[in-house]
Amino acid sequence: MADVAIEHVTNVAHQFDDMEQQVKSSTLGMWVFLLTEIMFFGGMFCAYTVYRTMYPEAFASTSHHMDPLAGGLNTAVLICSSLTMALAVRSAQIGSKKALIWFLIFTMIFGAAFLGVKAYEYHAHWVDAKVPGFNFTYEQPEFFHQAQILFCFYFFMTGFHALHMVIGLGLMTYLLVASVKGRFGPGYYTPVEIGGLYWHFVDIVWIFLFPLLYLIGHTKVH
Amino acid sequence: MEHHIVPVKNYVLVWLALMIGTVSTYLIAEYVDIGVGNIIVALLIAATKMSLVIYFFMHVKFDDPLTKLFVAGGFIWLVILISITMVDYVTRNWLPITNLFKI
Repeated sequence: MADVAIEHVTNVAHQFDDMEQQVKSSTLGMWVFLLTEIMFFGGMFCAYTVYRTMYPEAFASTSHHMDPLAGGLNTAVLICSSLTMALAVRSAQIGSKKALIWFLIFTMIFGAAFLGVKAYEYHAHWVDAKVPGFNFTYEQPEFFHQAQILFCFYFFMTGFHALHMVIGLGLMTYLLVASVKGRFGPGYYTPVEIGGLYWHFVDIVWIFLFPLLYLIGHTKVH
Repeated sequence: MEHHIVPVKNYVLVWLALMIGTVSTYLIAEYVDIGVGNIIVALLIAATKMSLVIYFFMHVKFDDPLTKLFVAGGFIWLVILISITMVDYVTRNWLPITNLFKI
């Protein structure tokens, strides 16, 4: 018994034989969680597809009120944040504490920039009176109701995505504090890896939201 | 424990591909009109970007077969969710019985 107690490494939980088994279990568990997230967003993507098939003209007409440059900028910002996140994991792998801290800070800056652009867009929609249920007018009266459906999808999908970004920033804050305390190194970086999986997943959701919500029927306008 | 330390260059190359994908999605949507082809091209680019992120940034490339199976399974369920739903909605008005299933 005494031998087992001595061999018990702090970072490996009781139920695992060794670090490798723990890492594999954590990765698989995180992916199972992300699959539930795929289903969560998938339901909204599916409903969006149904209504877009029903009302293609109305949905296309909303492209006047979207800002594809802001959406494209946000896509680029998120892709940059994914790069810094991947490099943060790499820094933990090679045991560079300073680089890990800096890449986490950059990831958080990009994440905050994304939310800033999103807030600017939401404000513009409010001024433009495109918030269904609270403040909505539409220039083409024949699309009044159908356009509200699109904007409901827009606010729910981008809103839930933004909520995930806020949670992601919370995770990054935790990782940053733990990194400063020197918790991570080549022997143990699973939380960084797992947090990175979450962050990349949120990026992937936006990769699909951008073309579907911002670029629908955009060329027909010109 | 196994370590798969990927060179920084590889990550930067993936990032570059993702940025090129983003810019081309924007430019194609804005300046090229190929009708229904626009959405197909946009979704193909998005799917390519997603695969790059999953495979390289999320290290699925180095994960064991069980994890790979789970990842693939999740997307197969998503395809089932959307495709079977659309099979219903798209074909409702094909039936000669008018108004019965009208949406």
